[in-house]
Amino acid sequence: MASEPNPEATLAGGGPWLLAWRQLRRDRVALGFLALFVLIVAFVLAAPLWADDVAHTGPDKTHTLEKIDVNGEQREVVNREGKPIGPVWLGAGGKFFLGADGRLGRDEMVRLMYGGRVSLFIGISSALITVFLATILALLAGYYRGWTDTAISRTMDVVWAFPVMLLAIALGLVLAVGGLQIGPLHLSGGSIWIPILIIGGVSVPYIARPLRGQVLSLREKEFVEAAVAQGAGPLRIMIGELLPNLSSTIIVFFTLTIANNMLLEAALSFLGVGVQPPETSWGTMIAGGFDLLTSSPLLTIIPGTMILLTVLSVNVFGDGLRDALDPSSKLRLEAHAGISEPEGTAV
Amino acid sequence: MARFALRRLIGMVAVLFAVSVLTFLIFNVIPNSDPAQRIAGKAATPPLIASINKEWGFEDPLPEQYVTMMRKVFSGDLISYFGRENVNERIVEGIPATFSLCFGAALIWMFFGILFGYLSAVRAGGLLDRALTVVAVAGISMPVFWLAAIFLNYLTYKNEIFPSGGYVEFTADPLQWANHLILPWITLAILYVGFYSRVLRSNMLDAMNEDYVRTARAKGLSERRVMSRHVMRNSLTPIVTLFGLDVGALLGGAILIEAIFSLNGIGQYAYESLINTDLPPIMAIVLFGAFFVVLFNALADIAYAYLDPRVKLGSSADG
Repeated sequence: MASEPNPEATLAGGGPWLLAWRQLRRDRVALGFLALFVLIVAFVLAAPLWADDVAHTGPDKTHTLEKIDVNGEQREVVNREGKPIGPVWLGAGGKFFLGADGRLGRDEMVRLMYGGRVSLFIGISSALITVFLATILALLAGYYRGWTDTAISRTMDVVWAFPVMLLAIALGLVLAVGGLQIGPLHLSGGSIWIPILIIGGVSVPYIARPLRGQVLSLREKEFVEAAVAQGAGPLRIMIGELLPNLSSTIIVFFTLTIANNMLLEAALSFLGVGVQPPETSWGTMIAGGFDLLTSSPLLTIIPGTMILLTVLSVNVFGDGLRDALDPSSKLRLEAHAGISEPEGTAV
Repeated sequence: MARFALRRLIGMVAVLFAVSVLTFLIFNVIPNSDPAQRIAGKAATPPLIASINKEWGFEDPLPEQYVTMMRKVFSGDLISYFGRENVNERIVEGIPATFSLCFGAALIWMFFGILFGYLSAVRAGGLLDRALTVVAVAGISMPVFWLAAIFLNYLTYKNEIFPSGGYVEFTADPLQWANHLILPWITLAILYVGFYSRVLRSNMLDAMNEDYVRTARAKGLSERRVMSRHVMRNSLTPIVTLFGLDVGALLGGAILIEAIFSLNGIGQYAYESLINTDLPPIMAIVLFGAFFVVLFNALADIAYAYLDPRVKLGSSADG
């Protein structure tokens, strides 16, 4: 802000990205939720620090038979009935900040931080896969049209018609047992790349369809015709001409896909066909907490709240991003500010 | 209309065929899913496995196995690998629970989705709009099963307001039927209310800026009439399409909700079969679900053409 002594002068020179950034910068809600997301990322990145220096334990380390000193009082990590200790906050110097996770007596806070890494990693990398595949398919279908389009669109229809949870669960189940062989690369059944590939794959049609529609309409524009007249080949038109025009849509879809994919990961892990132990994600933590729902409801509530906050922050920021990047939603923004009714009708 | 119906019918058969082949391949090509081994269980001896292979026809070539299975699906004598029960009968048993869950939840989410979407669009930027937006986004940002678990803990176990799941036949006791379904309905609806109200809101705001709305106002129509006749009518069409997709998908089983509230519908059956890698029921349920997705898609297109006269059913309305 301070580096712009005269904002009027810079107004004319901004490209679409700069304009979008200006728009976004004014959107306090979106920026607030972006800050929340950054905080969550920082929280999970700090996992080793907290584990080594504060809790002095690891995410898989069990403390079933141990006793800890909470504010001078000796307490069992897991009592005789198998009930884990609840949150002790800083009572034990940071150990068992959120209590233990169940019969095994693992540190819930440490698991929450490490589990968040897995959840976020799966959400982001599967969204990258989704968006990458969807963009390629949409470009091919929209550029070549004809039978290429028919083949791609019909395949999408099939995946679309497949009840998505059933497809994901079926794949998860079969791959968790047998692992997966892609060329020379072997993924064992417990690898987190299996849920990543499944989640990334089944979400493709939801992004590819709208993108394809956009490519089809861009394909008819004069600038594509001009590129053809200049002798540009298919690859150059797709990457050099069409892709840049899709970029804002892709970015918005990317954020929203992260949100959806994180929810799908949680659901699959909850059913036992997503992240496999010893790996932990927020989804598997909910599944673990669900068994102790009545005695220790916090074990269910805490990881779920983390998912809610993360997905919420991504969703709200994604919305703000869409408003900033999509020029056609300018009207919507005006409406949002309450100035869309110049007629002055009492709405 | 006849052409549309025929084209859709052919498309439906093609999609169902592809879906069934895909399901079949998932469970046959991928290693470590030898069904004979699984049927035989832990005490598997090679002769036992061989006899099971022979009895169930697992040694036939894959295409032949596929044809046999599909013939059984449609003739109604498909038998599951585990428990050896008739799959079609079991699915029919699950229909009342699943359909009650889906249509009940759909009614709730359509009503509140449209109400909230409408209210936040006409009061765009206002306090009510902001509050509803927060509720809507929170609704779509939650893992549904997590919300179900929390409801179950606080409304059923801690305070016994609602029964802890299970399904009661409507014909047996309508009140208990509703009582058992309230929590699953609400949980499922919360997810969709958020989504629908946001889609409707943004469609309505777009529509409000259209010329024909300005014209309608200029003609001196009342605000209520402009909203209901002009803005709403156009904004509802995408909602109808979404509705078709969602209800179709849910009829294939709301797996998580059914499992948590033990509704014993198709979704729960699907889940149990998946756990056992029991291919015959999975195949039947996938086809059943895909059938409804395709059917409701077609219904949505018909509704679309009714709501928007510019859309003609015969032409390439699907994209």
